[in-house]
Amino acid sequence: MIDALSSLFIVAGLGFYLAGSIGLLRLPDLYSRLHALTKADNLGLGLLTAGLALHAQELLIALKLILIWLAVLAASAASAHLIAQHVRRRETSS
Amino acid sequence: MNTTALLALDALLVFSLLSLAVAALATHDARRSVILFMAFGLVLAVAWGRLMAPDVALAEAAIGAGLSGALLLAAVHEQPRRALSGDSRPGHNRAHSSFKVALEWAVTLLCVAVAGVLAWALAAAFDRTPKDVLAQAVSDNLAASGVSNPVTAVLLNFRAYDTLLELAVLLTAVLGIMAMGPERRGYRAAGPVFDGLVGWLVPVLILMAGYLLWVGAHAPGGAFQAGATLAAAGVVLRLAGQRSAGLPPWRLLHLTVAAGVVMFLAVGLSLLALGRPFLGYPPAWAGALILLIETAAMLAIAATLVLAFLGGRPAESHLNFSKEKRQC
Amino acid sequence: MLTAHWLYGMSGCLIVALGLRTALLHAVLLQRLIGINVMGAGVFLMLIAVAYRGPGVAPDPVPHALVLTGIVVAVSATALALALGRRLSAEQDDE
Repeated sequence: MIDALSSLFIVAGLGFYLAGSIGLLRLPDLYSRLHALTKADNLGLGLLTAGLALHAQELLIALKLILIWLAVLAASAASAHLIAQHVRRRETSS
Repeated sequence: MNTTALLALDALLVFSLLSLAVAALATHDARRSVILFMAFGLVLAVAWGRLMAPDVALAEAAIGAGLSGALLLAAVHEQPRRALSGDSRPGHNRAHSSFKVALEWAVTLLCVAVAGVLAWALAAAFDRTPKDVLAQAVSDNLAASGVSNPVTAVLLNFRAYDTLLELAVLLTAVLGIMAMGPERRGYRAAGPVFDGLVGWLVPVLILMAGYLLWVGAHAPGGAFQAGATLAAAGVVLRLAGQRSAGLPPWRLLHLTVAAGVVMFLAVGLSLLALGRPFLGYPPAWAGALILLIETAAMLAIAATLVLAFLGGRPAESHLNFSKEKRQC
Repeated sequence: MLTAHWLYGMSGCLIVALGLRTALLHAVLLQRLIGINVMGAGVFLMLIAVAYRGPGVAPDPVPHALVLTGIVVAVSATALALALGRRLSAEQDDE
């Protein structure tokens, strides 16, 4: 039961990563590509850590996995913002 | 673990490593090459994890992919576009003079020969059953070494002299970097989003560095990983507009950069004065001495890597404790 | 001799050759530095492959310590090389 749920989460997370990669390759604009990438980071990694946390031996390891997800969430949001801001500045100034 | 699944993972990792290496080396755009190199470093860290080398994986992710990538990106950023794309000598690279082509072929053959020799040596080494003399010696003496992580025991106790010399190499490199010229240009002050991130990221990184230093005695971790994490905090501060990048003021900076070598020598020479061999820790004190040396080494490594990112001698006016975050 | 030994060890040799080619032939300093770093990564792959003992067995810690030292020394040498390159291009721009 735990195995089935965990596998479901992990496969769903991989689906989001696949969508993010296809978006990176196929979308026309930098901003839409950033949008696709952050989808992979947020939901993809979240589902992946949920699937792994179900398999963790103790609660502490599951909490550490969730902490990793939160840190990646904040870092990817901030870096997507910075990249978009930089490109926007370059567009409006040139 | 399922052997076919492990084999599939191995095949995927090796394929990714080879393709990333080829892609990073074949491109002519410098920025693209650096970013592919960072990706190569991260996949390499996963490979270290798979090969049961967690200490090396931590160090590779922090230093090999993170800090190395930041250094190279900073170098790419400050060069004009023209000089880095390889077209600075128009026509010269594209000229198919027969000498150039012959030289390229000769070098390629040389590299194939090098790969062949290495592969032959590796196969010969694998054919013999491993004698495991060193590994056996390590596990036999681990209990008396003061720590229970074998990699830390090898680095800080059994081969402590090598680590002392490595810290001396770091010191030499940073002295060279500081002698080359002033630091690179700083970055503009951070907007609210980056500011918010830095506000909680830097304390977490400092906490993580302390944890990695402490846990290195009995789990994967240690001074190098802790120093790299601390250096990452300094780099993030610098990117957010803080010119001093968390470095201590001038006099203290000199002491911090030399702290690793100084502490090693101090411990070694005092042990020598007490009649023991150089860096021969008494087993009862080994754990405490290792922690002492690792703390000094962590600070030295962090200061060295931040100075490496700065790219030169920091301006004296920027190294003080006042709040000059909004100046550029 | 495990499959992992062959796979990682041989790819390490290949990566050393790839890095060497770029380090010798490329025109731009930055790419040559990346080539040298990639050579280092290949050497580390060979060392850690040699240290691997199998899925459940503890690996040999001595090559791990060597690689750890190597990673730190490689990054400091890269930093020094970049500082030298920066100074060199500043001198060339002045003349």
